[in-house]
Amino acid sequence: MNRMDINVQWVFTSTALLGLASGMIGTFALLKKQSLIGDAMAHAALPGICIAFLLYGQKSLLLFLIGATCSGYIATICIQFIVKHTRVKEDAAIGIVLSVFFGLGIVLLTWINQHEGGNQSGIHDFLFGKAASLTGSDVNVLTVTAVTVIIMILIFFKEFKIITFDRAFAQGIGIPVSLLNGVLMFLIVSVVVIGLQAVGVVLMSALLITPALAARYWTEKLEWMTLLAGGFGALSGVAGAYISLIAYAPTGPLVIIFATVLFIFSFLFAPKRGLCSKMIRRHIERKKLQSQQLMYKRGEQL
Amino acid sequence: MSYTMWILLTASLVGINCGLVGTFLVLRKMSMLSDAISHSVLLGIVGAYMVSHHLQGVSMLVGALIVGLLTTFLVQWLHQKGVQNDAAIGVVFTCLFAIGVVLISLFADRVHLDVEHALMGEIAFVPWDVLEVGGKSIGPKAIWLLGFVLAINIFCIVFAYKEFKISSFDYEMAVTLGIPVVLIHYVLMGMLSLTTVASFDSVGAILVVAMLIVPSATAYLWTDRLSVMLICSALIGVLASMIGYMIATVFNVSISGAIAVSTGVIFFISLWIAPKHGLLRKWLKKSPA
Repeated sequence: MNRMDINVQWVFTSTALLGLASGMIGTFALLKKQSLIGDAMAHAALPGICIAFLLYGQKSLLLFLIGATCSGYIATICIQFIVKHTRVKEDAAIGIVLSVFFGLGIVLLTWINQHEGGNQSGIHDFLFGKAASLTGSDVNVLTVTAVTVIIMILIFFKEFKIITFDRAFAQGIGIPVSLLNGVLMFLIVSVVVIGLQAVGVVLMSALLITPALAARYWTEKLEWMTLLAGGFGALSGVAGAYISLIAYAPTGPLVIIFATVLFIFSFLFAPKRGLCSKMIRRHIERKKLQSQQLMYKRGEQL
Repeated sequence: MSYTMWILLTASLVGINCGLVGTFLVLRKMSMLSDAISHSVLLGIVGAYMVSHHLQGVSMLVGALIVGLLTTFLVQWLHQKGVQNDAAIGVVFTCLFAIGVVLISLFADRVHLDVEHALMGEIAFVPWDVLEVGGKSIGPKAIWLLGFVLAINIFCIVFAYKEFKISSFDYEMAVTLGIPVVLIHYVLMGMLSLTTVASFDSVGAILVVAMLIVPSATAYLWTDRLSVMLICSALIGVLASMIGYMIATVFNVSISGAIAVSTGVIFFISLWIAPKHGLLRKWLKKSPA
């Protein structure tokens, strides 16, 4: 097998695993109504990555992961602080943190450009993602992180389920809610960070939201929803990477477009909650009602 | 006018425009819509290029306006169909942005517009891209574009000040009074799209979000009056541009990034020292004197 084939395999494996992990963790983010926090964290990861690069001097996915996790976590703390202590509402707090952190990231990026020579192409791919630029060690880090996230979700599934749906009850039965919330946040940040290189800062949030939202249309059970979201995510990852390989277009946007197509399909045609089936059901009910009314009328006439 | 003055004037115009529109976004709890529109506008610009084959002011404004309103409409529609609001915003803008990026990469060799430029802006090049009338230069194009949008924004706000005010603070009352709230909503979204695209070319998508939300949220900490808040957030926008430009020239970094950071610094300081809603005052009040 030549090098090209191995590279292609890497790309497929990593985008599939990434999609799987982000779809699964995205389910919880979506149900906790925190979809846009993922967006904020993806943007907030940039300064962390730049600082890690400045300290270490070269590209290393593991260090980037640590740096991005730190700055992503600081960003969530900032959002919570602003919401809790000022009259500024959550949406504005997210917007403030997102744009200011990203601005700081851009400042650091230009600083690196000027002071560290032209050796920043590795960082550059983080803005829009370039799955083809993944190297063997990147794939290792990505695989390990994604698998860890998936295992963590499986281990804490019951706890996450309870704190997502009924926080007060979870507190009542003695589950450490804030600790588990922290774990959940940490998992989201990790997925966002490993996704940055494959799909980029801007679109990483979509990989959290869109597959989960599509899965929401097919089922009412959290177990199925998590599995489906993971499946949709993995499918979009592979399909997007495949199209990007044959069309020479950037991977990230294609992954997202494919995920959105899945969402639109679910939104329209899902058996119970889909738009079409709702309309058909309404139509049938109306017909039923009309025929009932007709029968009542006839009954009165008799 | 010197090179520096043109840049400062551009940044200040962005600050004023964004401050005015952003105030209403913050009050209506729609800040994240600005994030959405600032990204999806990219598709509008690419679309305008594909139709008109040039990147001139008017066609770009029209394209952005169409896509901006489309974004708002889609978000609203999905929300009505039962998708929760944050997810609706997230799905719509990322999809439109993704389509924009793919289109750019397909036409990359012909469009003078790379995505990086769109995200980070090129305010440093603004003074060189001048508008010429009859062979005479009458100032940078970006300034005319921003000035034009500023005129529209001020006209809309002054013309429908009462309607904007009531529908932002008390939606139900506005509906009862017979104010066309839906129209007001779409007018505001139109203003947002125009402001975004006019600012976009010189300062980039992320700075637009910073300039829209952060100064307005800062002004929200300082005052309880809408008129004061509008003026305050415009002034804070201008102040942040000045400070940001100075930082950028001293350290030789991205101007738009530095401006975004300085809006954040101003917000952080205000968080503590704002007279009525600042944290220091709250804590002083709490501790027994």
